[in-house]
Amino acid sequence: MGWIGETLDSIKSLQIRQVLTQAISLGMIVTSALIIWKGLMCVTGSESPVVVVLSGSMEPGFKRGDILFLHMSKDPIRAGEIVVFNVDGREIPIVHRVIKVHEHQDTGEVDVLTKGDNNFGDDRLSVCARSALVASASYHGESCRVLTLCWLGDNYHD
Amino acid sequence: MHSFGYRANALLTFAVTILALMCAMASLSDNLNTPSPTAQVQVLNINWFQKSTHGNDEVSMTMNISANLQSLFTWNTKQVFVFLAAEYETPKNSLNQVSLWDGIIPSKEHAKFWIHTTNKYRFTDQGSNLRGKEYNLTLHWHVMPKTGKMFADKIVMTGFHLPAEYR
Repeated sequence: MGWIGETLDSIKSLQIRQVLTQAISLGMIVTSALIIWKGLMCVTGSESPVVVVLSGSMEPGFKRGDILFLHMSKDPIRAGEIVVFNVDGREIPIVHRVIKVHEHQDTGEVDVLTKGDNNFGDDRLSVCARSALVASASYHGESCRVLTLCWLGDNYHD
Repeated sequence: MHSFGYRANALLTFAVTILALMCAMASLSDNLNTPSPTAQVQVLNINWFQKSTHGNDEVSMTMNISANLQSLFTWNTKQVFVFLAAEYETPKNSLNQVSLWDGIIPSKEHAKFWIHTTNKYRFTDQGSNLRGKEYNLTLHWHVMPKTGKMFADKIVMTGFHLPAEYR
């Protein structure tokens, strides 16, 4: 019974206000970080405004571990732009450069073929499914945009 | 208020802020540079021009590409990615851009070049619209900085024609 009394005493001696203040400060820090992240998502129009380069396929331009700021823009994708996209079923986004563009007259949809700078072959060999563009790469600001699916699989079989 | 932890925190925050500011200034300094690049392309020969098994036209050509991109380099330039694209219009597509050759220029010394090459990537159409097609050869370059904003530009060279018949 003695230890219950001691525990109660120690709880009463805690300064509730101080503890609550600290909890609120912590909560504020966490929510500010979340606000900044969501705000970035809104401003750039992209699902993941900041990505880390995961593979060496764009060396020597982008090395593994480089941070990219992404940004979706309204202009159509053009050859030479760097885009970031997800392949069906794989979560890891791919950062590659567009080397072929076919823009349809009627719909304005754009078919693109991509290739990593450091890869020998283009992506139709390794990326076999329809890809959806997550966001367009913007290493601090270069933008390209895509709102349509981009895969040429059907037309580019060899 | 003067514990090691507080001081280390203040120092680190200040350092990161200054670093970010320096990166931004480095990026802005790139705007001071006014580039004056030149380029020229000659198509020497159409090696072959066929319709592939999938019904898409394909061309192989040999070209001379010469350019002087030295004025694009600043102290903040990591590399320049340059590529040559054939651009043309078809009834189905308002714009087709097919990259024929690309290269990475790592430094200013390599930025003045002349190469004789066949197309590195296949020049294929979505369909078979290339016979007699008039197309532009555009040399594009993307300047990748050590830190900051990438920018890109191009030189359009017009007046190229593909043969009217397959060969």
